[in-house]
Amino acid sequence: MPQLNRDVRHPVSLTLNGKKVQGHAEPRMLLSDFLTHEIGITSCHVGCEHGVCGACTVLIDGNVSRACLTFAVQADGAAVDTAESLADDEGELSALQQAFKKHHGLQCGYCTPGILMSITAYLKEKPKPTEDELRDMLSGHLCRCTGYVGMVRAVLDYCENSGAGAKAE
Amino acid sequence: MADDAAVALKERYVGQPVERVEDATLLTGKAQFSDHLPTRAGTLHAAILRSPHAHARILSIDTSKAAARPGVAAVITGEDVRAISDPFLIVLRQPMHQWALAVDKVRYVGDPVVCVVADDRYHAEDALAFIDVEYEVLPAVVDQEAACEDGMPLVHEAMGANVASVRDFTYGDPDKAFAEADRIVKLRTYYPRNSQTPLEGFVVNAEYHSGENLYDVASNYQGPFTSHPVMSLALRVRNSQLRMRTPQWSGGGFGIKVQIFPYVVLMCLASKIAGRPVKWVEDRLEHLAAAAAAPNRVTTIEAAVKNDGTVTAFRFDQLDDYGAFLRAPMPGPLYRMHGILTGAYDIKNLAVTNRVVMTNKCPSSMVRGFGGPQMYFAIERLMHKVAVEIGMDPLEVMRRNLVPEGVFPYRAAAGALLDSGNYPEAIERAVNEGGLAELVRRRDAARKEGRLYGIGLATIVEPAQSNMGYLSNILPRDERARNPKGGAVANATVNVDPLGTVSVTADSIPQGQGHMTVLAQIVADELGLTPDDIKVSLDFDTAKDAWSIATGNYSSRFSSATAVAASKAARKVRDKLARIAAPGLNVEPEKLEFAGGKIFDPVNPDNAVNLYRVAGSAHWTPGNLPEGMEPCVRETGSWSPPELESPNELDQINTSLTYGFVFDFCGIEIDRDTGMVRIDKYVTMHDSGVLLNPLIANGQVYGAFAWAVGCALFEEFVYGDDGSFKTGTFADYLVPTSFEVPEPQILHMESPSTVSPLGAKGIGEGNCMSTPVCIANAVADALEAEGVNTDDLALPLHPSRIAKLIHGAETAPAAGRPELRPHPEKPAAGHMLTGDGETFVPAPPEEVWRTLLDEDSLAAVIPGCHRLDRLGENDYRADVSVGVGPVRGRFIAKVKLDELVEPESAKLSGSLTGPLGASQGEGHVRLTPEANGTRVSYDYSIVLTGTVASVGGRMLEGAARALVRQFFNRLVAQVGGGPEPAESWWSRLLRELGIRK
Amino acid sequence: MKPASFDYVRAASQEEAVETLARKGEDARIIAGGMSLVPMLNFRLTEPGTLIDISKIADMNYVRAGGEKVEIGASTRQATLERWPELSAKLPLLAAAIPYIGHYQTRARGTVCGSLAHADPSSELPLCLATLGGEVVLRSTDGERVLTAEEFQTGMLSTAKRADEIVAAARYPVARPGHGYAFTEMAQRRGDFAIVALAAVASGTRLRLGVGGVADKPMVHEWDMLEGGALDDALNEFAWDLGGYDDIHATARYRRELVRRLGRRLIEEAKSCRN
Repeated sequence: MPQLNRDVRHPVSLTLNGKKVQGHAEPRMLLSDFLTHEIGITSCHVGCEHGVCGACTVLIDGNVSRACLTFAVQADGAAVDTAESLADDEGELSALQQAFKKHHGLQCGYCTPGILMSITAYLKEKPKPTEDELRDMLSGHLCRCTGYVGMVRAVLDYCENSGAGAKAE
Repeated sequence: MADDAAVALKERYVGQPVERVEDATLLTGKAQFSDHLPTRAGTLHAAILRSPHAHARILSIDTSKAAARPGVAAVITGEDVRAISDPFLIVLRQPMHQWALAVDKVRYVGDPVVCVVADDRYHAEDALAFIDVEYEVLPAVVDQEAACEDGMPLVHEAMGANVASVRDFTYGDPDKAFAEADRIVKLRTYYPRNSQTPLEGFVVNAEYHSGENLYDVASNYQGPFTSHPVMSLALRVRNSQLRMRTPQWSGGGFGIKVQIFPYVVLMCLASKIAGRPVKWVEDRLEHLAAAAAAPNRVTTIEAAVKNDGTVTAFRFDQLDDYGAFLRAPMPGPLYRMHGILTGAYDIKNLAVTNRVVMTNKCPSSMVRGFGGPQMYFAIERLMHKVAVEIGMDPLEVMRRNLVPEGVFPYRAAAGALLDSGNYPEAIERAVNEGGLAELVRRRDAARKEGRLYGIGLATIVEPAQSNMGYLSNILPRDERARNPKGGAVANATVNVDPLGTVSVTADSIPQGQGHMTVLAQIVADELGLTPDDIKVSLDFDTAKDAWSIATGNYSSRFSSATAVAASKAARKVRDKLARIAAPGLNVEPEKLEFAGGKIFDPVNPDNAVNLYRVAGSAHWTPGNLPEGMEPCVRETGSWSPPELESPNELDQINTSLTYGFVFDFCGIEIDRDTGMVRIDKYVTMHDSGVLLNPLIANGQVYGAFAWAVGCALFEEFVYGDDGSFKTGTFADYLVPTSFEVPEPQILHMESPSTVSPLGAKGIGEGNCMSTPVCIANAVADALEAEGVNTDDLALPLHPSRIAKLIHGAETAPAAGRPELRPHPEKPAAGHMLTGDGETFVPAPPEEVWRTLLDEDSLAAVIPGCHRLDRLGENDYRADVSVGVGPVRGRFIAKVKLDELVEPESAKLSGSLTGPLGASQGEGHVRLTPEANGTRVSYDYSIVLTGTVASVGGRMLEGAARALVRQFFNRLVAQVGGGPEPAESWWSRLLRELGIRK
Repeated sequence: MKPASFDYVRAASQEEAVETLARKGEDARIIAGGMSLVPMLNFRLTEPGTLIDISKIADMNYVRAGGEKVEIGASTRQATLERWPELSAKLPLLAAAIPYIGHYQTRARGTVCGSLAHADPSSELPLCLATLGGEVVLRSTDGERVLTAEEFQTGMLSTAKRADEIVAAARYPVARPGHGYAFTEMAQRRGDFAIVALAAVASGTRLRLGVGGVADKPMVHEWDMLEGGALDDALNEFAWDLGGYDDIHATARYRRELVRRLGRRLIEEAKSCRN
């Protein structure tokens, strides 16, 4: 692959939530900035820009990733999924989102989209985590409003009643 | 419809756990936060150069190189700002002038010095590295107690002292009570600097419209709008010429977002200077270093105690550290709790001294709890100590002193009017339903097994809806009498459009608490609709919405302020619709009821009309309205509770409108090996009056609790003795995760407020006040069982701190290893980076000496030296690139050698300054001749400040050691004429000599 | 908080990566997961001229069990190793250590070799490599060299890797019969950098203890089998040798105390799980 020179905006294409999108980015542009300010989606929230808070978490080719620690050019050609992908086309909330609503799993909602993406990836590997396992996974996110109680209940309820683990029974 | 209506009548939404109307937007990632607000083409992006020094005089600023960088539109300094704006108004008459950028001096690490605006944020940040600021570093004043002493450096020279205000208050006869006490119990408590650090930082979009002389701002400012005139006065415009807009969605506020206001002014000025709109997004390092923190407080508190456990008086000495500036509404944390200084206790005698002190730290501000955590930490730690000293159960001491049942409304000594409650009953219920007896059994069993287990209690009164007059008490009586302040106005508007759909706006400036949902519940109940029928829009605009100085989101004011205003507005709409409908239904308007979207006669429910039709007639056929009635249906409710009066001549003030009650108990266990605290069980009882939405109310408790766990165990903004800031990342400022925060057991009791029309009180701050001290009391209980004195127990309860109390003395290994050196104990933070070492050079001392004193060879010895200029004898300035591993920065180094004793010893001193930070240090080198060369021994002490110190905390000591070692390795290489030392035979030699591992 | 400008090369092969590195020299940095590098870039603590991205090089993404060592390629993510079915059997120490590395989310991106190259004194993977006596494979246009863990990590954030070399692979020795392996660490929060991290190996006759977070790099000490007071004395001497350092989270003294106390606990654990 040829070198992408600094200070030049290079084309970057993604399959974002199943749709092809294209924008331009200097090599140093963070994926979080690219998604928000170049493509214009509103779910990739920046809380620390050093990889601790997890608010910017998205899926890149299905792998959970901090968008603030990824350069847009690194994601060129990849499939990126964000919280916009979770509800159906009519805006009907997914079962996981509904569980968050039911259990008051969010307040200001700034950390929520990133958390939903982590949970989405995690439950594919582990459809029925214990509360301890779930709390361990969620420790990769910071939430300042909820005390985590509602979101833990929401995920456990979802796993019990709606998720892949529930169906398997 | 009769049966339906009867059912619907019973169907009230207020008081139900209604799911939030906000959630669908937030869960789908569609909420537009401040960073998503539209910006006009040509909008510039700001980056701010901040002071690396805690205290320094600005000698010069050269912006020319930065101004020439790509994309840069303007580079703005303090002098530019001073020319076109005024200093911010403050509460006290003190010569403490603060502009939007530092003028003459910098006073804390993070103090904004230069603002660059460029075509994007990346370019703006690039330019920061090209600004040359020359500082004269001044000694910093960091410790708040030392700051009060004479002869200390002054944060503001014009003040003549660092103490900005001292006020004494006396209520009842405390001297007599202390004289008659059986014993006096005294404690000195320290409450740390912390903040709830919302995940979304500050965002400002500002545009200056020269034609109108108007500043138009969209930002996630949270109020109180008492700061709006502070901004407009600074900008030198009439209040109406500063248009403030806030979006509906905010990524958390917790009080901190009032402190956007200096940046609103800065970006307004930047827009005016650059002639284009300006956008600024605060980053995390900026937020942690320079946004705001709750003031750290030292309290000396004494109780006059009778042998039966009765406390007859409190005496407080409260010393609050407000950092470098008093920004509005400071010093609120010292006065917001004033009326309730006796907490939940029936204590009639009280003496208080309040002191406000300035230091070289980030300015303090509103943070959730707002003075409560500091005050209750002192009170409840003291009550615990009272119980220990007189040998009574802490619960019994608490019970003995509570405000008794049946005395409400109760006027507390300092003026709070406790509106309702039954404190003894709330405690009994919590003890029973929460299982305190079982917890005591668990503690006793654990202790029998030799485990460190403790139980803590705390009780607090939780105030809500601040009286705008509370700060008046800081002024002398005659001064405040000239300009009395009191009250707290809230506004909400209900509109019914021509098709009969209902919308609501209000001035609550939500920060995630679910205001839209609760307002929809309230209005739905008034109008007989469902919450889904009500469209609530809480984006806010000072140019269009009803607002007042109390507008904003703070002091738990929503449920007794905005919620009441909305119910009043809805009631007005209801009354108007009833009057319109009454003639057609042939029923008196007062007798009509609203349910199921209809207005009807309850005696004959079939006699009904649709609400939308009635509302529509006010738009479509205004001529048919009753005589004198105005067309359309749009009503604003404004409300200010009459109980919120100015302070009286006795200095009593009802600081808040409602007073809830909280009682907590918990069991904790300490790991003997690590000192780590684990919360085993936590029970929290709340009497917050009527719960408007129990789901949301519990969410507030969980959230306050989680932050409080952070305050108790993890969170603190740490400063070095030199004022360097050490917690600039989320790896250093420790926010608890899902793994550290247990789920508390929440219990409720509902004693409706008698002063708030909906009966509701605040609930979102109580645990910020009760939980830190409850956990501390439990830790104290565990440690006291081991005979440890816990008087000095300070938050956060880091394992390292607790371990020190339980681990006893460290014993050096047994003999036989003479090279083992002692490790003197140093404090965990704040010390200089110190170290020493030695190395062997295969050359005589004279040659080493010549190398150190020779310009060219010194240049070769200094790591990463690009050029070395001689400033005077043995005095140099060098351009260097230094670092550890990949961390590398370009610095200007100044190196000086003196105290020269040829060829035996010398002192090296110097400094480094660059974009990554600044450093000063000194060291001594001693040369001792040996058989085949010279033993070079050295020691050093270094202070480091700026970005590297803020984000590199964990590595600093090792990095300093590595850098010093680099210097001496190069010295060895230079003198020995060998190659680069890394991985050379020299390092093997050093390893053999035990210098390198 | 945005990084300074750099050129970007997404290497398609190992050859392209080392050739680019040879051309760019000291000004270039390898990026794989970016979990340690990008925060430093965002804070502008480091400003390389070129980033060479090796994360997409397929033939460097492997976990390969040879006879005595498990080799892990440069672009292999920590999560890949975590999910490797033979992990518990072949590398029980890593199976115990991996859950302590950052978080689920960072392990999904962070690489094993990247962690070694970053050489954080608190990190788990370098500590395990040092304790087990593993190796690092370095590659450049000049060829390959293999360094022991001890040779490789020279200090804080510093390694013996030359600027023209990439860390091509790591080799962790396979668990030996009759040996017990145990790992623990003390951090204030889940996923934090360790205040002290400890790795222990016990055989029938020898004890080996690795300590991270106390000195500038992981330090390992080995003893003939010790029990009781003699073990306490040995641990105290080791702790004293390490010295430790102060930061805002803990004192040097506290770190030494943890080496003594947790070291003791951990060695007993390693002894008890000898197979």
